[in-house]
Amino acid sequence: MTTLTEAAPMVQVRGLHKSFGRLEVLRGVDLDVPAGSVTVVLGPSGSGKSTLLRAINHLEKLDRGYVAIDGELIGYRRSGDRLYELKEREVLRQRTGIGFVFQNFNLFPHLTVLENLVEAPIAALGRPRAAARAAAEALLERVGLADKATAYPRQLSGGQQQRVAIARALALEPKVLLFDEPTSALDPELVGEVLDVIKDLARSGTTMIVVTHEIGFAREVADTVVFMDGGAVVEQGPPAEVLDRPRHERTRAFLAKVL
Amino acid sequence: MTVTTRAPSRSAPASGPGAGPGAGLGAGLDAAELEGLRTVPARHPWRWAAGLAALVLLVQFLHGLATNPGWDWATFRLYFTADTILQAIGRTLELTGYGTVLGFALGAVVAAMRLSRSAILQTLAWAYVWVFRSIPLIVQLVFWFNLSYLYKRFGFGIPFGPTFGEFETVGVLGALGAAVLGLGLHQAAFAAEIIRGGVVSVEAGQREAAAALGIPRWRQAWRIVLPQAMRGILPAAANEVISLLKGTSVVYVMAIGELFYQAQVIYGRTGRVVPLLMVATVWYVVLTTVLSIGQYYVERYFARGARRTPPPTPLQRLRAFARTRTSTSGGTP
Repeated sequence: MTTLTEAAPMVQVRGLHKSFGRLEVLRGVDLDVPAGSVTVVLGPSGSGKSTLLRAINHLEKLDRGYVAIDGELIGYRRSGDRLYELKEREVLRQRTGIGFVFQNFNLFPHLTVLENLVEAPIAALGRPRAAARAAAEALLERVGLADKATAYPRQLSGGQQQRVAIARALALEPKVLLFDEPTSALDPELVGEVLDVIKDLARSGTTMIVVTHEIGFAREVADTVVFMDGGAVVEQGPPAEVLDRPRHERTRAFLAKVL
Repeated sequence: MTVTTRAPSRSAPASGPGAGPGAGLGAGLDAAELEGLRTVPARHPWRWAAGLAALVLLVQFLHGLATNPGWDWATFRLYFTADTILQAIGRTLELTGYGTVLGFALGAVVAAMRLSRSAILQTLAWAYVWVFRSIPLIVQLVFWFNLSYLYKRFGFGIPFGPTFGEFETVGVLGALGAAVLGLGLHQAAFAAEIIRGGVVSVEAGQREAAAALGIPRWRQAWRIVLPQAMRGILPAAANEVISLLKGTSVVYVMAIGELFYQAQVIYGRTGRVVPLLMVATVWYVVLTTVLSIGQYYVERYFARGARRTPPPTPLQRLRAFARTRTSTSGGTP
């Protein structure tokens, strides 16, 4: 392992391999995400984008490879020349530093919006209830849903639910936010309100990795665009390069289809 | 995109019926004009006819109950609230209560073992369910009742090591203890499967979201998964409690004075079988009714957030029905 210094990227991914049965979903993915930057991951479905995100969060156990966030190895502890696999309790603690926004929101339907937001800060970080509440209310204000605190998720539109899910991820004040196709389950007219919230976060300097099919969003917000295909990174670079002057045939073919 | 088709919930009849949608006539839609019209609700004559036919059949049946002397309602009245019967009901409730608590507590443990990641615990839980679902309750009860034949004494201590205290089996496990143990162990096997069924029915994304938020595993189960699993667990669990309530009647084999045993004792003495069976039957129905009403409200509680608008309580439904009846009666052709 390389030594991780102060200037190290916020997210470092090295040599990720993952197979589901015979299907090799990730075949050696490397990725660096500097602090405060936005990385957008594009690629056809089945290219391993979602698995990459879930691997970063250790929701998916890896066959090979390592992930470090803010210099901290995820899922393992290094002691001398050995790597110890972490217990679930310790992985859960690490995850509080990694916000995850799901394609299908996965809000807790039996809890109100406010309860969804305060659950993890109280249960995982041990915050006092009053402080968690105040923080949650501020976050709801930020995503424009201050009046929905007592509603249940199913009483909200898809766009509103996804904004709540983003606020829920933010409630832990994570070092990095992962978005797994945050607008793919939404009606077209609701996509904008969610992207606006994500753009606002990007401006405020949150480190983010966004898996999406929204090319326009990538062009506008991304610092780096990563194009994946067949479980590997095909090319990456600033949006102007990857989106407008792609070097690889596969990237060109993909962009021709979605643009 | 907000749709505003709220039911006219105005209680003051002075404001008249709400604006009826659906009368749109293309370009010339005049809301003010439509506002002035009376809205006529749709009629369902066949719905009423079918309901009426069913009611006639019911009345016929009730008439038979009242007029056939064989039912001997005088004896029924005599014993329905007799002290011995009331005491027996207490015993029945006691058995049901202990059986439910022991059964579901142990069942939850067995379900948790079955869902755990330990292969040993999984196998043991599976074996428990296998054994206790296989043995008929009545066989088990008689077996526990005769436990002292197998084990004269039992004690607490270190396994295969020294013992700290010993008890006579007969002294600790009387008829009632054996009955509660049998009912509880039997119930636990079924409860375990019901609880497990509810837990596996909760969408995987829920646990994943909880894990992604770093919520501790115990809390994931208790706060996120179980409350949602309860929706699946409750109807089946209520079935189990009710069937346990009636199932307690099989402990008559151990001469415990619960409701059915007591009814048998009385008709053995007086020879009036049918009215005494009716005493027991009506009490079982009454108790089941109470449980069913309880079930409704518990289910309603756990359904929170499951629908966009929570379903009305029966009382609210009744009131709403009465309101529509009074506001549309008279006037319409």
